[in-house]
Amino acid sequence: MIRMTLHLFGYDLRAFLRNRQWQFFTLAMPVLFLVIFASVFGGGGNTTHVAGGRISTSVYYVPGIIALGVIAACFGNLVASVTTQRERGVLKRRRATPVPAAAVIAGRVLTSVVVAVVMAAVLLGIGWAAYGAHVPGRTALALAVTVVIGAASFCCLGYALTSLIRNEDAALPTTTAITLPLYFISGVFVAVTVLPHWLADVGEIFPVRHLADALLVAYNPHTTGLGFAGLDLLIVAAWGAAGLLIAIRKFSWLPLGR
Amino acid sequence: MNVISEEYGEAQAATGPARSEPVVSVRGLVKRYGSREVVAGIDLEVRRGEIFAFLGPNGAGKTTTVEILEGFQQRTEGQVSVLGHDPATAGGAWRDQVGVVLQESEPEPSLSVRECLAMYAGFYRAPRDIDETIALVGLTEKAGALGTRLSGGQQRRLDFALALIGDPELVFLDEPTTGFDPSARRAAWEVVAGLRQLGKTVFLTTHYLDEAEYLADRITVLSAGRIVAEGTPQTLGGRDHMTTAISFTLPDHVQARDLPPGLSPLTEAGPGGSTVVHSDSPLFHLQMLGNWALGRGFDLPDLDVHRPALEEVYLSLTGPASNKDPR
Repeated sequence: MIRMTLHLFGYDLRAFLRNRQWQFFTLAMPVLFLVIFASVFGGGGNTTHVAGGRISTSVYYVPGIIALGVIAACFGNLVASVTTQRERGVLKRRRATPVPAAAVIAGRVLTSVVVAVVMAAVLLGIGWAAYGAHVPGRTALALAVTVVIGAASFCCLGYALTSLIRNEDAALPTTTAITLPLYFISGVFVAVTVLPHWLADVGEIFPVRHLADALLVAYNPHTTGLGFAGLDLLIVAAWGAAGLLIAIRKFSWLPLGR
Repeated sequence: MNVISEEYGEAQAATGPARSEPVVSVRGLVKRYGSREVVAGIDLEVRRGEIFAFLGPNGAGKTTTVEILEGFQQRTEGQVSVLGHDPATAGGAWRDQVGVVLQESEPEPSLSVRECLAMYAGFYRAPRDIDETIALVGLTEKAGALGTRLSGGQQRRLDFALALIGDPELVFLDEPTTGFDPSARRAAWEVVAGLRQLGKTVFLTTHYLDEAEYLADRITVLSAGRIVAEGTPQTLGGRDHMTTAISFTLPDHVQARDLPPGLSPLTEAGPGGSTVVHSDSPLFHLQMLGNWALGRGFDLPDLDVHRPALEEVYLSLTGPASNKDPR
């Protein structure tokens, strides 16, 4: 099972790395967003209020955009690629072989998680090189754990959403329509402190806000302790578990739209 | 199918059936979607090493049946055994022995032909050699090309290669040449004919008669969810017992009643001397006719001998009249 998962992971990752559209939406776009938002709002010594003090606004954007990168790899890209594979009969053909269903899913999830971890590292590197941000070594473990929990949870949500989309052309617009507004009200594009209360409260319901918050806690230089945002991680994981339940009940290997 | 109920049947022994047992055995298979009966109680038997054609018009229930045999759909009623197991519950060990060419499936995106095959080879316990399998389907020159960049006919050959890479006992081909140009169909037929040489059992569905006639050892015709005929390409629908029509036009001065006594009872005379002899032993009757005409010093220049084509048999079996529900 583990051997089969790694076997599939190798080919899924290779296919991912060869797809220009996926490269743009998953690898280039988070970097672009970080540069744009940090430049527009972070210039001129602007600071943002965070727990325990204030940090430079350009530094503030790093954990939020890491959340965006995780979600792009594990939710946006996963929904688009798995829906396409399903509708084109690729998944059905794989299921006609002895490969275990769990290995097909685990191989694809591993691809997304690895891409998410690499994106997080790249964004941290850019934050460090361009905006003088640094990762406190004490909370490095919390940051890594948060990225992995977030990635796994959004993969589950991705499989749940895939089960509800009947047409491959609808995949990208659907994930964009879901995530874009959430980025605005979850502290990813705009600091939560400048949002009206009711909008911030709406954002509190969804996992994007809690993933961004948990990453900020682990990233914030003012954080004391190990930097684990227990409650936020729990809420993200609960969303993931709910997604998993829907995926188990609804996921189809056969094309739905034909 | 859902994620949880799909278990890899490690424990299930991959014991194939004994040689005498049929590879595919179906008794009283029924499939209903709500109140609509798509497969209305069919029996099938496919023997080891044969190419079995499941022939019928679109919507006859062929793909539903084959997907039940492949384990993709659940049956409503009946008994199904494929390689000694029930496909609805069979696991990975069973799938190791079964190759599937789906009616529609695109290549793995962003992978080359060789990479697709290497990926699939990793799924099986004892896969075939990758380059040899690529050569078998005639894609050696395209081995490094992306699967999605191949032409339709080449993609179909990649489908064949992916179905064969696990070295299966039994291969399902669901309408393998639909939408092909004639030369691509020929190329695909050669690959299927090659499976016979490899000793594989092939379950082929098609709505092309010439395909069934060219490839199959036995044909079963399905129409509106029921089996309407079974036989070899030569005997299907009583084709071998059908009379041959010997038609000709008699010269003005000769009447049909002048024909030799052996032919007269079989003769149907039309206007202007046009005559048809319905013969069950055409060579014998032709000789009699020839001797008679030559003996009287005339020829029969428009002589025509017509054996009912498989197509006529098929159309008479699946035509609108035969689709009437007997209930």
